[in-house]
Amino acid sequence: MSNGGEPLERRAVISGIGQSAIGRSLGRSDLDLTVEACLAAVADAGLTRDDVDGLATYPGMGTGTAGFAGPTSPEVQDALRLRLNWHDGGGEGPGQMRALIAACLAVGAGLARHVLVYRTVSESTAQGAGGREGIGGSGGPGARRFSGFLQWTLPFGAVSAVNWLALVAQRRMHEFGLTREQLAQIALNGRRNAGVNPAAIYREAMGLDDYLAARMISTPLCLFDCDAPTDGSTALVVSHRDYASDTPHPACHVNAVGTALRGRPSWDQFDDMTTMAARDAAASMWERTELRPADVDVAQLYDGFSILTMVWLEALGFCGRGESGAFVEGGAAIGRGDVLPLNTAGGQLSAGRLHGFGLIHEACVQLRNEGGERQVIRPGGRVPEVAAVSNGGGPIAGSLLLTRGAR
Amino acid sequence: MTARGPAFRLLPRLDQENEFFWTSGADGRLRFLRCQQCRSFVHPPAPVCPECLSQRLAPEAVSGRARVVAHTLNVHGWIPGSEPYLIGLVAIEEQDSVRLTTNLVDMEPADVIVGMAVEVIFEHLDDVYLPLFRPVVPADEQR
Repeated sequence: MSNGGEPLERRAVISGIGQSAIGRSLGRSDLDLTVEACLAAVADAGLTRDDVDGLATYPGMGTGTAGFAGPTSPEVQDALRLRLNWHDGGGEGPGQMRALIAACLAVGAGLARHVLVYRTVSESTAQGAGGREGIGGSGGPGARRFSGFLQWTLPFGAVSAVNWLALVAQRRMHEFGLTREQLAQIALNGRRNAGVNPAAIYREAMGLDDYLAARMISTPLCLFDCDAPTDGSTALVVSHRDYASDTPHPACHVNAVGTALRGRPSWDQFDDMTTMAARDAAASMWERTELRPADVDVAQLYDGFSILTMVWLEALGFCGRGESGAFVEGGAAIGRGDVLPLNTAGGQLSAGRLHGFGLIHEACVQLRNEGGERQVIRPGGRVPEVAAVSNGGGPIAGSLLLTRGAR
Repeated sequence: MTARGPAFRLLPRLDQENEFFWTSGADGRLRFLRCQQCRSFVHPPAPVCPECLSQRLAPEAVSGRARVVAHTLNVHGWIPGSEPYLIGLVAIEEQDSVRLTTNLVDMEPADVIVGMAVEVIFEHLDDVYLPLFRPVVPADEQR
């Protein structure tokens, strides 16, 4: 423990969860989706809007390409006429879950008692309207010029995170002998789980042959290594733990968060490109808890691209460095009844790109024993007690341990 | 034949910090900021040396030789009209921690291997010189 005492985030619980409709090209506004998810989460927590005194989102403020940012916290405050003691939004920090972590700290510090946290995307609708292009746009005479990190990649046609992560995947193939058949297991496992998740976007069966036949995007990553643009909003209520005994559903206790960034904040200058910031966030999380990787009952690890899940498996210590390929070989370790049930709702690859928050939501569903057909039951008939969640890739990373009951 | 890059190149916006880098190829030389105290190369350009915190930095020419750290063949048509092209991550010969994302040219995907020696060649567009990398030409072929 770096601060010598109990981690402040341990004063926080996730008391309620909610999601809007999730789908391709729903054609609804970000704010409309957000309100649906937020009202569901507040009701799920056994609260009313009058109880909500905090609000946080990632990222808001119009950041990124069309359909990416979601509404700002002031927009949501106004729509619901919330009376807030604290609010926060922004895109810098330990991945998408920065909003959740900020809420935990606000609750721990006494700035708020019940914080509504949301993440909304409408990238599918934006794509349909021509608004979700590659990160650099389509070029053409008079195209705008680029500063910051993008100036170092866009001129060479490395316009998407898939290009930057294809380099990571290729390097892992070179260094560790990772194969496409191993990488496929992340996508295939997600698809199997999506098959028993009624809310998942892609539910039809997919086999290794389908994966290997899919069109290549940027070698060695193919279409099924990339998550699917989706419309949807996920909301969570973060409350002080003294409310945990009053929640209608089991509260999910925040045990530890991982927030570190110790290498360079860059996709191409990070010291070890096979790990990047996942290494740092995971290390800092384990420094804040007595729990160990072997205590984890279910893992919801970021899969914006399949290769990121492989990186997180190693970073979080579920297998050794360079060994994630062998760990997922044949899918035998990561199914719902296996050593480490992984991305049990289908992950972003098959359930849809809810940008990290779908994974947090599913961790709560599993700890609450509300997974229905996809519910994980551990050996001995035990409901999962410890869930690990991670968000982000490349130089952006955050991680989280949730527990059923306080630890 | 693999393309040398996308059909249309999106270009950097030149500013006080990066102009020397993006115009360096006018004389065929690749340059990076170098600390005048501890001699470390610093990239991307910054006002301070991250090693010794000296603020005395100046552009210096390097050999232009590098090694391939990782590579990918981009197939998806992010930029309309593009044929598949090779994207490489290379580390310069002088300092392993200085890397460039670039296009690997004058080679086919099957020829690219991690660790192979490459050298800079510039593509001049508007006011910038983009550093691309090709296989180091064996000495006996240079004559």
